[in-house]
Amino acid sequence: MPSIIELEKISSQVRRDIVRMVHAVNSGHPGGSLGCTDYLVALYFEVMHHTPTPFDMDGKNQDIFFLSNGHISPLFYSVLARSGYFDVKELSTFRKLNTRLQGHPTTHEGLEGIRIASGSLGQGLSNAIGTALTKKLNNDKSIVFSLHGDGELQEGQIWEAAMYAAHNKVDNIIACVDANGQQIDGSTDEVMSLGNLKAKWQAFGWDVLEMNGNKMQEIITTLKEAKAHLGKQKPVIIIMKTEMGQGVDFMMGSHKWHGVAPNDEQLATALGQLEETLGDY
Amino acid sequence: MKKYTYTEKKDTRSGFGDGLTELGRENPNVVALCADLTGSLKMNQFEKENPERFFQVGIAEANMIGIAAGMTIGGKIPFTGTFANFSTGRVYDQIRQAVAYSGKNVKICASHAGLTLGEDGATHQILEDIGLMKMLPGMTVINPCDYNQTKQATKAIANHVGPVYLRFGRPAVPVFMNEEFVIGKAIVLNEGTDVSIFATGHLVWEAIQACEILEQKGISAEIINIHTIKPLDDEAILKSANKTKCIVTAEEHMINGGLGDSIAQLISRNSPMPIEYVGVDDTFGESGTPAQLMEKYNLNAEAIVAAVEKVIKRK
Repeated sequence: MPSIIELEKISSQVRRDIVRMVHAVNSGHPGGSLGCTDYLVALYFEVMHHTPTPFDMDGKNQDIFFLSNGHISPLFYSVLARSGYFDVKELSTFRKLNTRLQGHPTTHEGLEGIRIASGSLGQGLSNAIGTALTKKLNNDKSIVFSLHGDGELQEGQIWEAAMYAAHNKVDNIIACVDANGQQIDGSTDEVMSLGNLKAKWQAFGWDVLEMNGNKMQEIITTLKEAKAHLGKQKPVIIIMKTEMGQGVDFMMGSHKWHGVAPNDEQLATALGQLEETLGDY
Repeated sequence: MKKYTYTEKKDTRSGFGDGLTELGRENPNVVALCADLTGSLKMNQFEKENPERFFQVGIAEANMIGIAAGMTIGGKIPFTGTFANFSTGRVYDQIRQAVAYSGKNVKICASHAGLTLGEDGATHQILEDIGLMKMLPGMTVINPCDYNQTKQATKAIANHVGPVYLRFGRPAVPVFMNEEFVIGKAIVLNEGTDVSIFATGHLVWEAIQACEILEQKGISAEIINIHTIKPLDDEAILKSANKTKCIVTAEEHMINGGLGDSIAQLISRNSPMPIEYVGVDDTFGESGTPAQLMEKYNLNAEAIVAAVEKVIKRK
């Protein structure tokens, strides 16, 4: 089991992967990817019980993760590759013609680790609930995790799913909202304010936890606590505060790096702030 | 022609409900989801016999499609049930991303398709659903013609791996089909030499009626039931068309994007010839009884006869 320091080193390498992938094709979404890196590293390298190879689409008796905000695909691909789903060298094909690493995650090209397409927002919670229901039918005690952007909560389907999970006591799911307060056109407060997220999810009947998504120790502790909340007739959600662009100073705290790639100079600056710990792809 | 008769009328949605009930008994992986229309979709018996495999999602169709897609992960075969409008137009993006593009084994089962939904009017009478669904890569699109064929189709799609759109309707219509249903395999109901009539759904019975009228007029019509609009049975269609040299298509759907469109594409690429279309011509429906609507919008035997007479003159 990796130590906190080891997990942080993985995060540093994943962040390098993200900025390098996005820079190489001058497209993609670095801001949210960098912000959620620590959470996804914690999940795949510490919290989840999963078998990268051979990849099993059905994931029976494995914990399953759904990325609903599919635009942070560079992070997802890096974590999948670094945890053994496919060769890290393939990260160099991100967003290029004939790649399995499409702009947004898809099962269509057979990339190991992806179980459903995402990108059109607001759908992943429904998908995660469906898999959680199947796990219950199969008497499979493993867990379903999902990640959502906060801007994504403006989609109505999210609240259809929230209502369903509470009404039907889907208590084998741990959802997580990346509350970075930013979306494409500005801050969520400017564009479409989300109000009190904790109160909203509680009102919808969910068990709500909160954490700082850029502090590895806190993430591990909170995810373990969330697991202890399962099986109690309520779905569980974590409101995760993150900093968009975390780890690269000039990308932090602004929506401007939501979907913009760094230029050569900016890449060099970014890489200078991120230690190469596992070897670049 | 071979005489097709019927002793009873039944709604095609009951064929779906009864097929689903049998699937519930035979296949433990079949699960059913419904968006607050259990009675309308005839899903009550499945629910009664398999409460743990029935999922009431409320009036939230987008969530229903999303949950169904997620349920396939782990081996379930979800059948979703709501009206055709709410099964397609309302949830197009969910079907597109989570079902079709993701290649999930979801069966989208849609009742009250077309004008024969009747009095509820155009908000509920979708006439574009076949077009919407057939445009999605990998989607199988089936529109059976009577109770028997709908029941057979319901059972058949459980054994087909991949997304399926199954379309059926509300009113009681003649039960006359005893031929075996195979996905993608057209059924020749009458062999003829002067014109090929390709019909789907409720219009198949009308085509049979038209055939009898045409026979009295000395016109020999070949009647083919195209229950599967995608994948289309190219071989059967071309074989018949190349014999008769002219075509009439008939469907309770918009002409744009329907069965006729699919056949026209096939014919124009392989063997161009005159085609006439019986279908709804770029307009919304309205309130009325099913019979009144089918007459007003020219979706009946008389309309098929008129189309045949027109297309034969164009040969």
